Amino acid sequence: MIRVVDYGVGNIQAFLTIFKRLGLPAERARQASDLADATRLILPGVGAFDTAMRKLNESGMRETLEDLVLTRQVPVLGVCVGMQMLAGGSDEGQLPGLNWIPGRVRAFADHAASSSLPMPHMGWNDLHVQEGHPLFRDFEPEPRFYFLHSFYFDCESREQAVASASYGLVFDCIVSRGHVHGVQCHPEKSHHFGAQLLKNFATY
Amino acid sequence: MLRPRLIPCLLIHQGGLVKTQGFKSPKYVGDPINAVKIFNEKEADELIVLDIDATVQGVEPNYALIAKLAAECRMPLCYGGGIRHADQASKIIDLGVEKVAVSAAAVQDHALLTRMAEAVGRQSVVAVMDVRKRTGLFAKGYEVCTHNARTAHKLEPLALALSLQEAGAGEIVLNSVDRDGWMKGYDLDLAVQLRPALKVPLTVLGGAGSLADIGKLIEACGTVGAAAGSLFVFKGQYRAVLINYPTAQQKDQLFAAAMGA
Repeated sequence: MIRVVDYGVGNIQAFLTIFKRLGLPAERARQASDLADATRLILPGVGAFDTAMRKLNESGMRETLEDLVLTRQVPVLGVCVGMQMLAGGSDEGQLPGLNWIPGRVRAFADHAASSSLPMPHMGWNDLHVQEGHPLFRDFEPEPRFYFLHSFYFDCESREQAVASASYGLVFDCIVSRGHVHGVQCHPEKSHHFGAQLLKNFATY
Repeated sequence: MLRPRLIPCLLIHQGGLVKTQGFKSPKYVGDPINAVKIFNEKEADELIVLDIDATVQGVEPNYALIAKLAAECRMPLCYGGGIRHADQASKIIDLGVEKVAVSAAAVQDHALLTRMAEAVGRQSVVAVMDVRKRTGLFAKGYEVCTHNARTAHKLEPLALALSLQEAGAGEIVLNSVDRDGWMKGYDLDLAVQLRPALKVPLTVLGGAGSLADIGKLIEACGTVGAAAGSLFVFKGQYRAVLINYPTAQQKDQLFAAAMGA
């Protein structure tokens, strides 16, 4: 069962709808006991980094999630701010992140190359993906995804940065460390490109 | 490359989908859910859905309809109409909507945008400015209006846009009342004035009659949101209802020609 972690932040319904259409069983998890049957985890998130971290910390699910991901190696996909939460921390806030993938979340506004561009980075952009990665199986050439964010994940390890996009500067938009994955763009709102990525995550 | 966004804008009136001209004479064009299904198949960049009854009637947003739209919609969805409080915005986001648009309530009280940004993040807060040319002897420039253009405010669009951005809007939608439904092109003068002054994304609505009109907007403003109602729901000079949207290839050709890429 795919469990979409509902800690009060993010668009849970969009994931459930798309998995239903893909014929893959998925349910939301509102409390730790809902996570018991999880074989895949989706960690959504929108809004401010600290708000999302605080809500996850207060959800009563963090300990169970850490057990599932770190001990039982259940694959997890963080999306948007849910991806940023996988980092050690963010320039947007003070709270520490989950630190499941070493890196730091930075602001486009702090870079000369992107600071003069409209913020947030909003719309459809091209992805440059690492060939052969299981998340990108059966991808069409020139994949494009929907983005809506002002901060981005700066991954410590180049091997763990598996896709990039460009907005003034080239930034890591998909990170992957073993069974822990994060995507900055919104696969749940990226038509057939996004559906393929979610299917790949759920079935690899 | 970040692409311009081509955004169908759907108006809801008495539960059906309509298209207006100059904000008047709504013509019934079909069922909103059915329209969303077609735009899914056509892989539209985004959708804007505006309930044009809620604010003028002073009623709550139709949450049941929004939930149905959000569940069906496989692209980013922006909903507007009848929102006066931040908690309404939170509720709409929870239903699976990406962005919440406000107009009248934000023009009256900019701090609403601040409260909405705190509740749902500024990336999900959209301020819509309905703008028309001043008319009458010695009148020049533009004025901002609300309540389906029945209420006029003595506000300059640029100054207001900057205030709305400052207050918490993550996107500004510039909607031309005069051009609405006439399919004779966007108000490029105002768009060109706003784009470089704003730090947030700009979407322009009102007047697009062809992909060439969208091309002209992109040529003038670069990467913007190009929203349209009539263009994506009518076909031909007799305004026969036929939902249509360019293919990915058509869009790329349009962008390349307009941006010289």
